Amino acid sequence: MAKRVVIDPIPRIEGHLRIEVEVENGKVKDAWSSGTLFRGFEIILQGRDPRDAWFITQRICGVCPVSHGHTSTLGLENAFNVTPPDNARIVRNLIEGGQFVHSHILWFYHLNALDYVDVVSALSAKPKEKSLQLVQDKIRKFVGSGQLGPFANGYWGHPEYKLPPDLNLLAVAHYLEALEVQKEASTIVAQLGGKMPMHMSTPPGGTTFIPTVEVMDNVIWRLKKIQQWVDTVFLPDVLAIAPYYIKYAGIGKGVGNYLSWGVFEDASFDPKKRLLPRGAIFGGKLAVADVDGKEVTEYVDHSWFTAECGNKSPMEGKTEPKFTKMGDTKYTWLKAPRIKEQPMEVGALSRVLVAYVSGNAKVKSMVDGTLAALGQAGHPEVLLSVLGRIAARVLETKLVIDGMLDWCDELLANLKAGKTQVYVENKVPDKGQGIGLWEAPRGALAHYNVIEGHRLKNYQCVVPTTWNASPRDHKGVRGPLEEALVGTPVSNPDKPLEVLRVVHSFDPCIACAVHIIHPVTNEVKAFRVV
Amino acid sequence: MLTKRGSGLSRREFVQLAGGTLAALGMSGALTPKLARALTKAAAGRPKVVWLHFASDTGCTESLIKSDHPSAGELVLDILSVDYHESIMAAAGKQADEVLAKAVAGKDYICVVEGGIPTVPGHGMIGGREMLEIAKEVCGSAVAVVAIGSCAVDGGVPAAKPNPSRILGVDQALNMKGKVINLPCCPVNPEWLIGTVVYITTMGKVPELDGKGRPKMFYGRKIHDNCPRRTHFDGGRFVEQFGSKEEAEGYCLYKLGCKGPEAWSECPKSRWNSKESWCIEIGSPCLGCSENNWTDHFAPFYSKLADVALPYGDLTADKIGIGLAVATGAAIAGHAVLKAVKGKGDEAKKE
Repeated sequence: MAKRVVIDPIPRIEGHLRIEVEVENGKVKDAWSSGTLFRGFEIILQGRDPRDAWFITQRICGVCPVSHGHTSTLGLENAFNVTPPDNARIVRNLIEGGQFVHSHILWFYHLNALDYVDVVSALSAKPKEKSLQLVQDKIRKFVGSGQLGPFANGYWGHPEYKLPPDLNLLAVAHYLEALEVQKEASTIVAQLGGKMPMHMSTPPGGTTFIPTVEVMDNVIWRLKKIQQWVDTVFLPDVLAIAPYYIKYAGIGKGVGNYLSWGVFEDASFDPKKRLLPRGAIFGGKLAVADVDGKEVTEYVDHSWFTAECGNKSPMEGKTEPKFTKMGDTKYTWLKAPRIKEQPMEVGALSRVLVAYVSGNAKVKSMVDGTLAALGQAGHPEVLLSVLGRIAARVLETKLVIDGMLDWCDELLANLKAGKTQVYVENKVPDKGQGIGLWEAPRGALAHYNVIEGHRLKNYQCVVPTTWNASPRDHKGVRGPLEEALVGTPVSNPDKPLEVLRVVHSFDPCIACAVHIIHPVTNEVKAFRVV
Repeated sequence: MLTKRGSGLSRREFVQLAGGTLAALGMSGALTPKLARALTKAAAGRPKVVWLHFASDTGCTESLIKSDHPSAGELVLDILSVDYHESIMAAAGKQADEVLAKAVAGKDYICVVEGGIPTVPGHGMIGGREMLEIAKEVCGSAVAVVAIGSCAVDGGVPAAKPNPSRILGVDQALNMKGKVINLPCCPVNPEWLIGTVVYITTMGKVPELDGKGRPKMFYGRKIHDNCPRRTHFDGGRFVEQFGSKEEAEGYCLYKLGCKGPEAWSECPKSRWNSKESWCIEIGSPCLGCSENNWTDHFAPFYSKLADVALPYGDLTADKIGIGLAVATGAAIAGHAVLKAVKGKGDEAKKE
């Protein structure tokens, strides 16, 4: 008989997500994803000085504020008709890169790993290395204190934990090491942006950060340290752990459509030449289609908004929030964005697939090498899975950290050649509109602005988790996360570890995802529980 | 140093310290007896922390894990017992609820709140419960409540006009004015949060607070008064354009909108991210995020503060715009016009 299982709160993500699954015969038969916090940033932005938007939108998400800041600035530069100098392009890439590397390491070790690594089992390891013995002593002391803190009440001992004790211990040791490495990556953002989270240096027109050889030298030293760790710890960890969970190459495929707006600007400012290029893949086919920010349509048939808000492009949409209750019809504050009426998965997997299918040589060699190492050579289709999402994030970390060192060289070459400009003067136009298309670590991010009388008339964002954790649309088609959950085996509905694995593979960020479009300010106060 | 103090005390020393200082030095009478009990209990183990997320963006958690002394790993494994924290905890769903219920029943934890509290029904729910209801229960049973970041202090950015989810700060939403330690800024600086928690657990009292509930040790001085660019302000040397030679020379950012003259925090000294940098160092004007309602009060961010007394010297009114003297009618009118034009006044909080 079918059993409904609700997981709320979902831990180890950003924000407030509720997942409900129907389990029948040991498998998920149906799934519903709900965002349960509504803040309404787009309303707040109305009427403000457009140059404030890149500060305010960073506060949509404290996990990927850099991406919101950059996307906002790109959209404003589009409206202001201004192109930043080359040095600013490079500095922004470095700031974005610091956040990506930080975010992926944090996600792998601190958000996702506890679904695969049994901390308690690490106690029965028999380490030969002194450093691992010390870590084990630390865990033993911690567990012995009876105060398990954040590790209390986990699914420890669940039969789906497959790693041997020694590997569990190694992963715990690296969990602690990774806390330090993610910090170093964030520090790079602060060196170029003042602080992280919420950097301060990339307004429309360029950057306020003026690169010096002294700071760049320090950044390069940090990058090399991180690069060494990624090469010698992060990548090997994934290759060591993956074989125990190889069945997850066949679980959690999802909708099979992938979208990337592209990220890390090339000197040509061509989005198809970004380090991770723009493009879309439909129906799991190995072909990349062109996409445009104007092709997005959003539906609200299953979201807490009035019916008039549905079937609208972000530029023209209308939204009136209307909370009713948690039910099967209306169950989330997230809208359902679609391109060509298709739900699109976004994130590292989408970016890596688009780059791979576009023929990016470095990505191709990294992906093919990983497939070979896992005994899956010639089968890129296994990437369309939980394991594929994990692998893509890890490969992307390597790609970005290598890219960052290249950008440092480019920047120093510019300085050496006397090219020191970082900012161009610009003005807020009386009227205008712009779109910023970029990527957060979690996936495709778009900001749309409309300016009138030098003020923001409209502002709105279509963010990664709105795509991934989208509810059903007007045709009843599930969002990517919901679809990925269907068919997932669940051995014990009281401890749905496998469900968490699928959810975490998307790295959801709910603060980002919950937005309303084209707000009607006066009506905000009018809605109530019906 | 903090680590040593936190873990180096014997149980006996700890209880003596807690007991001896509590009687005379409690900030709030209501807080002290509970705190005393908690510290006596805590002496037997690591102090318990329950960390709640409401209308936040998790930026303050992100900020905390950049901590150096102690590091995030030391905090979680050696110093504190972080019994509930949705971003890092292993437990999910009902197992998470059990953890929270157990912690609340103990009534011996410090409650750290990240994010403001939505007061429109349905706008903020966890496990099917309203955030406001959860906040009442969990904060009500805590020995001390610490509101971190602008959102928990007064609603922060998502509470800016027109405050669509009617988000309030913890002390206002729960009617706990004077009983909440407020650590604003967007995000909170990890040094100030750890400094406050360590102060409570080692000194057995709440640090001295200002009228807005902020510890004076972290929010007692104006950024402007300790800014490395201050001598240029005094000398009338201002940056006119980002990325300029003047910016590189360290000139003052006042004319590009710096809110340092009205912002109270230790940013110039604490700095950010392993003390590597801070906003003003990389040429950005301060947003004034240590102050209540900063998103409305200080917008537009790139416009200069109108009512700042500028030093005499080689300045002319023409050169410095409307801000030459605080008391002139022109300055006051100018400020009022600015507020009216942008249509985002101070009224937002009164709604």
